[in-house]
Amino acid sequence: MAFWRNQKTRGWLYQLAALLLVAACIVWLADNTLENMRNRGIQSGFDFLSQPAGFAISESLFGYESTDTYWRAFLAGLGNTLKVAVVGIILTTILGVLLGVGRFSHNILIRGLCLTYVEVFRNVPLLLQLLMWYLVCVEWLPNVREAEPFLGIYLTKAGLALPWFGDMPVKAGFGIKGGVNLSPEFFALLLGLTIYTASYIAEIVRSGIASVPRGQREAALALGLSRGQTMRLIQLPQALRVIIPPLTNQYLNLTKNSSLAVAVGYPELVSIANTSLNQTGRAVECIAVIMAVYLTLSLLTSAFMGWYNRRSAIKER
Amino acid sequence: MLKNTLSRTIASVALCATAVVSLPAHAGKTLDTIKSRDQLVCGVNVALAGFSSTDSEGKWSGMDVDYCKALAASILGDANKVKYVPLNAQQRFTALQSGEIDILSRNTTWTLTRDASLGANFVGVMYYDGQGFMVKKELKIASAKELNGATVCTQSGTTTEKNLSDFARANKLDIKPLVFEKNEAATGAYQSGRCQAYTTDASGLAAERSISKTPDEHMILPEIISKEPLGPLVRRGDDEFFAISKWVLNALLEGEEYGLTQANLDEKKSSDDPNIQRILGTSENMGTLLGLDKEWAYRALKATGNYGEIFERNVGKDSPLKLERGLNQPWNKGGIMYAPPIR
Repeated sequence: MAFWRNQKTRGWLYQLAALLLVAACIVWLADNTLENMRNRGIQSGFDFLSQPAGFAISESLFGYESTDTYWRAFLAGLGNTLKVAVVGIILTTILGVLLGVGRFSHNILIRGLCLTYVEVFRNVPLLLQLLMWYLVCVEWLPNVREAEPFLGIYLTKAGLALPWFGDMPVKAGFGIKGGVNLSPEFFALLLGLTIYTASYIAEIVRSGIASVPRGQREAALALGLSRGQTMRLIQLPQALRVIIPPLTNQYLNLTKNSSLAVAVGYPELVSIANTSLNQTGRAVECIAVIMAVYLTLSLLTSAFMGWYNRRSAIKER
Repeated sequence: MLKNTLSRTIASVALCATAVVSLPAHAGKTLDTIKSRDQLVCGVNVALAGFSSTDSEGKWSGMDVDYCKALAASILGDANKVKYVPLNAQQRFTALQSGEIDILSRNTTWTLTRDASLGANFVGVMYYDGQGFMVKKELKIASAKELNGATVCTQSGTTTEKNLSDFARANKLDIKPLVFEKNEAATGAYQSGRCQAYTTDASGLAAERSISKTPDEHMILPEIISKEPLGPLVRRGDDEFFAISKWVLNALLEGEEYGLTQANLDEKKSSDDPNIQRILGTSENMGTLLGLDKEWAYRALKATGNYGEIFERNVGKDSPLKLERGLNQPWNKGGIMYAPPIR
């Protein structure tokens, strides 16, 4: 039989042809766009990344100066995105699992509170929640000038300042110097993302636990395990298989939602890219950087969760 | 759920890409497009008191809006034939590049980068501005040089962030910028005390102060830390429309210089001053050179009044902003507003 009569080979060929067609379309589109941009005198390219950015960033994990280059500025923005995403994912997982398990509590008050929490925070838009937390932070906290330290800790409109290995925060001029400083912008964003995402995770955990056959729980209790042990050793491990895939989605959502930070003035990647876009006019390039970064972060998260999912899957021996 | 503006920017970039791809280069002059659709599409600020803002009935007003009206009156004979497209700072250049708007009249600072690399041309200067600071009086400071260690709120997508860094570096000050996407968020954070100062163009500071609940508790510091010549922009590649845009602006300036006001315009038609005759088209026909008719400048001036009237009505003594004319006086009255002659 000739090879083109082979169904499998033909299947491959069709897929290859489709792929080439799509690739050709993309190349044609990009090439045309670039040429027309040139014709209209719109300069393009990523060369601006090595130019000095010239704007300051209010907080950054690694020292960043306004004289540094644009790519260092992007890096500082990425650092801030990762900072809020990593801390947020950890906190929201803890909170979400507690809330999800709480839905199975024998105490009606705890059950009711968990249900109310989920319904309230799941149904209010995240942007509104962020603005609310930010307002709470900056309206209610005291001014730096009026603030008194508590055990060396300052909680003011300028944020939370903690002592760090003998480095005590002190008032200096309009702000606070020394120690570790967490800004109200970071706080509002972290709080908003954690609380909002936790309401979804709670539902995922609840449905995961509910999916474990009831007999498992009854058998464990009959064997003499306490209710806590039953949840921890029997129900949760089995529920994990159902929980992990949708949980990955929530982690991705949290990371992507961090781009709402522009509303509360936290200098994460999108905020930095917006500023760069405006100063250089390189719209396509800056958007491309944002897309590439979020795509990479999402794929990395997915890959990690995929690995964890395979590890917790049922192993048939 | 990515941020709304982001998706809008992506959408406009995508729109730009498709528009660029589907149009042959130099297709249809902007003027022909405007005439055939019988409407001028003008990109303006979403909300900036005195420059472009809407009232409770959705009617636009402000200096930037008046320029659009004058241009529409000149080209189409009717100042109301304008479609206003409110744009935020990040969207503005993409909207112009993609052809979504004919002209961008949105308090935009004329800089080399923007003039040279955005595929746009600056028409001229509508308002000479400069960046300043507003602080609460209770801070008891008198100069921007006392802002060491301060946090300063500002809106993203403008030239202000860079000016602020330059100023801080030059004066060895440690100033933290807090950048918000929306101006209301930036002023809100300033009002709440999160920031010690709020920075933007001096005209914007006056506008914010005028709409603040307690204008007397705020003061604008004397330092002006940058040059901000604000003006309209058109797309590159259409010199005819570029010329019309320039000369309508010049006509508004010349109108003030020769004392042509909305009120006395018709009686000035019988003036025997050759300059006035040329502007109003009662002697030579200057309009045909621009592709318009002889009454092009008459209609613009009739629609909005001269530059001085536009200024006083929107940001000057007849407005809540009460800004001084300052640099924006005509050249023969101590300012630097100078139009090349209409002849």
